[in-house]
Formats: sequence, C-alpha cells, structure tokens
Amino acid sequence: MVDFGLLRDKARWVFEQTLRIHAACPETRLASSLSCVEILVSLFYGRVLDFDPKRPLAPARDRFVISKGHGSICFYPILADLGFIAMDELKAPCSPASKLKAIPDTLIEGYETINGSLGHGLGVAAGMALGLERRAAAQKVFALIGDGELFEGSMWEAIMFCGHHRLENLCCVLDRNRLCMLDYCKNIIDLEPLGEKFTAFGWQAERVDGHSPEALVASFERFRAGGRRRPTVIIADTVKGRGVKRLEGDSLCHIRSLSPGEVDELLGADRDS
Amino acid sequence: MRDALIELLCRRMESDPEVFFVSADFGAPALDRLRADFPRRFVNVGIAEQNALNLATGLALEGFKVFVYGIAPFISMRCYEQARVDLSLLAQTRELNVNIISVGAGMSYDVSGPTHHCLEDVPLFRTLPNFRLFSPSDAYLVERFAEVCLAEPGPKYLRLDGKPAPVIYGPDADLDFGRGFSELAAGSGACLVCTGFMTRVGLEVRRALEARGVDLGVVDVYMLDSADAAALARVLSPYRVVLTLEEGFVGRGGLDSLVHHCLEGAARGPRVFGLGLPHRFFFDNGGREQLHRLAGIDAESVERAVLEKIKSSG
Repeated sequence: MVDFGLLRDKARWVFEQTLRIHAACPETRLASSLSCVEILVSLFYGRVLDFDPKRPLAPARDRFVISKGHGSICFYPILADLGFIAMDELKAPCSPASKLKAIPDTLIEGYETINGSLGHGLGVAAGMALGLERRAAAQKVFALIGDGELFEGSMWEAIMFCGHHRLENLCCVLDRNRLCMLDYCKNIIDLEPLGEKFTAFGWQAERVDGHSPEALVASFERFRAGGRRRPTVIIADTVKGRGVKRLEGDSLCHIRSLSPGEVDELLGADRDS
Repeated sequence: MRDALIELLCRRMESDPEVFFVSADFGAPALDRLRADFPRRFVNVGIAEQNALNLATGLALEGFKVFVYGIAPFISMRCYEQARVDLSLLAQTRELNVNIISVGAGMSYDVSGPTHHCLEDVPLFRTLPNFRLFSPSDAYLVERFAEVCLAEPGPKYLRLDGKPAPVIYGPDADLDFGRGFSELAAGSGACLVCTGFMTRVGLEVRRALEARGVDLGVVDVYMLDSADAAALARVLSPYRVVLTLEEGFVGRGGLDSLVHHCLEGAARGPRVFGLGLPHRFFFDNGGREQLHRLAGIDAESVERAVLEKIKSSG
C-alpha cells in the first residue's frame, strides 16, 4: 500500500527544499519547478519507479527522462533524500564544488539525459522504449515534459512515432502548468484539446489533478498494469509556482526570482501557520 | 559508397544483434535487403530528422550501435541541435555509439539545386566536441571506417558522396584513422591537400601536371575532426606551396582551416592557399562538373591555380 500521508509530507519537504535551493541560486527556475513536485514525489515515493540510488544506471532500472530540465529543480532534494547524491549537495547549489546547476545535467546521478534544451526528451525516451521493447525487456520508460515545449515540432515527431509504434512501455507525464516564459500557452497558440490530440495520435490519454498524489499514483498504476497496446500520456493539470502566492497566477512567474528574504518569510510564515 | 557501407552493415547485423539502423525516409537498393532481413532492427521514422537523432540517442543509451541514415543537408542541419545536445554534449558524460550516415556530400545532388547541396556540414561538425568527422574519397575507406564505427563508441558523422567513387585505396591499403590522412603521392615544390570527392580531382590534376614537369604532392585527409596535426605538418612542411581543395566554402572553417591550424606557429614552412567555393549558393544548372567550373574547382581551374601559386611563390 502506498502511504499517501508520507507522500504529502515528502511533497511539503521537497517544496521547502526547492525554495531554499532557489534562495541559494536565484538563477534556478522556481515556478516551473514547483508545478511538478507532486509528480516527482509520486513517481519516486509512490512505488511507481524501480530504481537503485547506488546504481543509477543499472539495466534493471525503470528509465526516467526529464525533458523540462530547467523546471525540475525539485528533483534535487528527492535525489539527495534517496541517496543518489549527498545531502550536503543541497547546501550550496551553483557553487564551484557543486554538481547542481541552475539547469541539471547528466553529471548528477539520476538524470538520464541532457535536458537544457526543450523538445528532446520525449524522442530520446521513445528510443529507449523502442530499444527495451526490441530486447523484450520489462523495464518501463517515463518521460516528464512541459506543455510549453509542445510548441517544438520535434515533440510531435516523437508523439506520432510513439503512437504508430504502439510503445506501451512508455508513459509521458505532461506537466500542464499552462504557462510559457512570457505568457499563458493559450494566448500564444492554444494547445487544447490536448487529450484528444494525443488520442488522435494513438495514445492512451488520462487527465488528472497534478497536485494529487492519490490521482497520480492511480494513473501510474493503471499504466503499469499494462495491456494498453499504446503509449500513455498523463496530462497533469498543475499550477505554475504552486504554493507561492506571489507566483501563482502571474503570467511572468517563469522569470520571477524570490529573494532569500522572501523565501525565509514564506517558510517562516508557513511554519507559524 | 553508401551501398558498400549498407552491405557491410547487413552482414554485420547477422552476427551482431546490437546494430540498429534508423532511416529518415531515405532508401537505397542495398537497404531493401537490410530492412527485409532485420525488420526488428530497422526503423523508418519518416521525414523527421530531429526525431531520427533523438530516437538514435535513446537506442544508443540502451546499448545499441546505431546508424542513422539521411540526405546530407537535412540529416546534418535540420537536426543540428539534436546532434549538439543529444550526441556531442551527452557523449561527454555517457557512452553512446551513434553514426550519422550523411549521403550527398557537397554538390552530389548537383541539379537538385542549393537546398540539396551540402556545403556547410564540415565546419559545423568539426566544431562539435566529441564528434568524429569522416570524409572518405573511396568506398574501401568507407568499409574500413565502418569497422571503427562498430568497434568504437562516440558520435560520428560520415560524409558520403552521393555518386559512385573511383577506387583510390583498394582493399589492401594501409590506413590509419588515428593519423586521419594519407599521402597519396609525394611531390616536390607544391602539394594539394584534398578531402572527399575532391581527392579524385586532386589526383587528376597531379597527372595533368606531371606531363608539364610539375611533381605535385597529393594528400587525402579523411578524418576532418582529428587528423594528426603534427604528422600532417611534417608531411607538408618541406613544400614551398600547399593548396587545400574542398567542395565547401573557402575560409569558413573547413579543410583549409584544418591545414592552416596544423601549420600554425611554424618558423618556416609553405605558403598556404585555399581553393574551394566562393561564399554563395549555386542556383546554376548543368551538373557537378559545370558547377565546379563556375566555382573554379574543376581540374583545369585547379591546375591553373597550382601553376599560378607556384609561380607567385617562387
């Protein structure tokens, strides 16, 4: 049984640690890292992924590709908590001795691919899924993508490919936080209806509350049960900057930084309340 | 060239289950057998070069030795960012074996016009760290380098001509991919350094000049990323005049840049001149020889240029 109380506690801790990392390195993208906290917590604490922190590239692992790398700073505390990297790494991100940059890379144990540029992760994940399928391997491939990167044509090349080849070992999680850098996606080019688009391309699409560990884990379990004969996309409706009032609903929150004082105030106020 | 490569890969796929072939909707008669015999290790992604490289990266991360096959200007430049991020960058931290088979180097697709001419790939791939850039002048060279592709990890760009090539090396040639070049003919006074298709032109110029009493050296550089600079400098230093000859833009980071760099800092040495394309596209019709005449890199024009440079450097 999945302990959802634990997942909520972990999500809270990851949120706080992500704010602290941002305070230490304001170049990190905070708002887009706060929309996917529960997604990552569900994957890593909800008995979804098979992984071994001491052997991060073990063949028996499930693959987890993060395509929206800049918006995954919340993965750092999870990697430290699980033992992929040392807990001390969280203290001084972006300092000379640290492997944690504003945008993650493959020097960090737990990151499968380079991800600083958008529109790559799903296609690479598709290659992994195809390779595993051709080897008749049981491992699954998970890919976390952002909605803004759906403006990249390479994403749709990959979406078409996965659907046609019925890559049922692939689960794409779409962090649907509705915002790009300068505006809401719908004001740039409306992406909806997303579920119907993926379905038309041969995918099994589910739409869930991306801040609900219960809903996310249930979706992941349905994927893991198999038998779909098609790739799965979980469209996780999320809020960019989730948990920080100043960021939530601000169309420019992608490029907003909080000062260390604001972070202290936020975390202090939360502790008091 | 491509047929020799595909036939070799086809044979290797029988014994090596790790070889995977990705096509960006590009075919060849030799490919028909490969995709019929190995349907589980051949995939056509369609006209989608970005996905071809992304997919190849994922397959390579799963341990496959991947060959990605496409038309030169598109499999190099349409997906250059994938080559940079997923191959060049990632290869610095992860072992992966991806080989881009780029068919239609230079002006191979002569009458198709400038969208299909591939004149920029050499500088583009020379500048990507961790990439090997292979520019062969004959099919035997391709077969031998295919063994390197199968045996050694890392991203590689194979710049193959679109038309049949004459035999320059033959099956028993003594090749050294670490050195990355061969001195096809030692000369005195002047040397022509060529790559790819232009090597046959260089040899033709040597033959023509022989009749006029000029002993022109000819060097064929086939590893454009990693030719041994010190060894090349040793070969070139005794000459008075060195000319580079390439089916690419002069002074833009191609073969001429490689040769200038290897001779850099020498107290004495040859005067170096670059022969290649002027920095413009070619909308002209009439076939490759005609295009080369217009650009001044056909055998006759090169012969004249060599004589002129020998004279002016006297």
